Amino acid sequence: MPKLSYLKALNRALGDEMDRDESVFVLGEDVNFALTNVTAGFLKRFGPDRVVEVPLTEQGFTNFATGAAMAGRRPVIEFQIPFLLLLVFEQITNQANKFLMMSGGQRSVPVTYLMPAAGWRAGWGAQHSDQPYSMFAHMGVKTVLPATPTDAYGLLTTAIRDDDPVVFFGPLASLSVREIVDYADLAPIPLGSGRVHRPGTDVTVVALGHLVHEALAVAEELADEASVEVWDPRSVYPFDWAGLAESVAKTGRLVVFDDSNRSCGMGAEILATAAEEMRLVAPPKRVTRPDGAIVGAVPELDEVLQPTRPQLAEAVRSVLKSPGW
Amino acid sequence: MADNVANPAVADGLAVAGVTAVPATAAVPAGPTVPSSLELYRTMRFIRRFEERAIDLVRAGEIFSGIHPCIGQEAVAAGACAALAPDDIVLSSHRGHGHLLAKGSDPGRVMAEMAGRVTGIDKGRGGSFHPSDFTAGVYNATGTVGHGAGIAAGIAWAAAKAGEPKVVLSFFGDGAVTQGALLEGFNLAGLWQLPVVYICENNRYATTLPVETAVAGTITGRGEAFGIPSSVVDGQDAEVVHEAVAEAVARARSGGGPSLLEMRTYRYHGHHTFEMLVRLRYRDQAEVNAWKERDPLDIQAARIDAAAKDRVDAEVELELDEVVRFAVDSPRPDPADAMDHYYADGFRPRPGVSL
Repeated sequence: MPKLSYLKALNRALGDEMDRDESVFVLGEDVNFALTNVTAGFLKRFGPDRVVEVPLTEQGFTNFATGAAMAGRRPVIEFQIPFLLLLVFEQITNQANKFLMMSGGQRSVPVTYLMPAAGWRAGWGAQHSDQPYSMFAHMGVKTVLPATPTDAYGLLTTAIRDDDPVVFFGPLASLSVREIVDYADLAPIPLGSGRVHRPGTDVTVVALGHLVHEALAVAEELADEASVEVWDPRSVYPFDWAGLAESVAKTGRLVVFDDSNRSCGMGAEILATAAEEMRLVAPPKRVTRPDGAIVGAVPELDEVLQPTRPQLAEAVRSVLKSPGW
Repeated sequence: MADNVANPAVADGLAVAGVTAVPATAAVPAGPTVPSSLELYRTMRFIRRFEERAIDLVRAGEIFSGIHPCIGQEAVAAGACAALAPDDIVLSSHRGHGHLLAKGSDPGRVMAEMAGRVTGIDKGRGGSFHPSDFTAGVYNATGTVGHGAGIAAGIAWAAAKAGEPKVVLSFFGDGAVTQGALLEGFNLAGLWQLPVVYICENNRYATTLPVETAVAGTITGRGEAFGIPSSVVDGQDAEVVHEAVAEAVARARSGGGPSLLEMRTYRYHGHHTFEMLVRLRYRDQAEVNAWKERDPLDIQAARIDAAAKDRVDAEVELELDEVVRFAVDSPRPDPADAMDHYYADGFRPRPGVSL
């Protein structure tokens, strides 16, 4: 069976949807030459009316996509750099995402915002290293963060078919992940459905994005000490609270491994909700980025600012040793 | 000063407005017939009295948000929308009641929307500030004032790609021309020659900020920079407005690309009805008076028979009695439904408290 990479999964999902539905088109910077490989082969396959190269005019083309969506199209915008999602934060959260409500349900805005290289990139500077998925969850925008190629295929397909705006974060550190798949098994995955990557009984580790793979390595390292369940929400909004509750009901202990900044990040929301609504036998912990930005320019300065495997292992041990509340 | 503003079109050289010639690439299809002077007067009279009745409802507490009255600017809405076909699309602004009415929205449902009633065009969710009415082709009225330009370009692109001969009319004020997003929208519309007519209602004030203290260069210069035919129009004269917009609409419909029309106009009221409570003295009374000398209703009334005018005025009053009655008598929304329409699949956000 073929090996599917994360980027190839994105290319395949987008191409399949463009084949299936004439209203789908992709726009973005350098899409003609497929700089990121997401649109590789598309210009020849679909032509310039459906592969729309745009100038560096992010607010303009994000609003443009809102208009095209109002008029019946399903735009997929590819962004190259995570901070560009912050440049167009108003256009996504205020123009597109509120429109269905403000129009009393008359017209939805089915745009997919595809960010296929989200997160820290060694040496590329503070302005290329953000991971702002929590901000979209905060604003109530449907947001997905798949960790694996099959989940990337399934959730990009769902995002494009969804009638609301959806932001897709493809973690940079997941792009090299490959899976052996049967293409026939690739299928849409519903929003708000989590996934148990490794079952366990002592502690639930909620891992987001590329940290799923790190958490699986830590769970394996700790296998002699504890039975760690690794649970991946896959969507940060809507969030599979019932799935998390099910895991926590089994383990009673919780650690969140999150690539957000600490303040007001998804880790904070997951801990708060678990503390309010779930039966935890010990205080939970989170491992995240620090508050604020990371340096981004020098690996030795950045690596200490990333959520790491040793930090997760320490947090898991600490929660397991905790005598309770 | 007063002389200049009293006759802005003449003072600012309407005859030498910057127009970049773009040849029409195809025969222009027959547009809507030219409206009669009486029809234009009727539309303007209706908008004027609708706004005055709405202000009564603001005072009565029925329109809780207050409104941004378009009184003084009626000729722009009436003249521009009369140049459109029913399938054409309008993007409005926060001062947009006139656009809705002129484009054919049900006035009772517009007033009900402003009053937050379930019978409103947006079930009360858009309000006076963000109305849309897809039954009349009014798609949006964004509060981030320069951002409609890019949305208009996207709608126009989608229509053009679908082979639909639609034109998008995108309204904004002079306050929007200093936002970058507007220029990004102009760039895309100009680059791809999209069927959009951008209409800047230059009423000289962005809330309290005079246009000359906000705008470097000119408003039309912003269009010209993108190769968009741009001109200044006397926004107090509905027939002049209609002629200019009809020309731009014909050019857009025939593949000639976008236009920018700067309508020189004036609002007789404050930015928002809160100015009835908070007296903000940012305009000279002499300036206001000078613009009232060119009241668009007076200009149009002078073109019609006095008896016909009286008949129209009486009809408008009767119709507006019914509009107000419909709005006020309509039910208010049920708070239990507050989260309806947030998501197309019916997903409901978590409430703010879990007990």
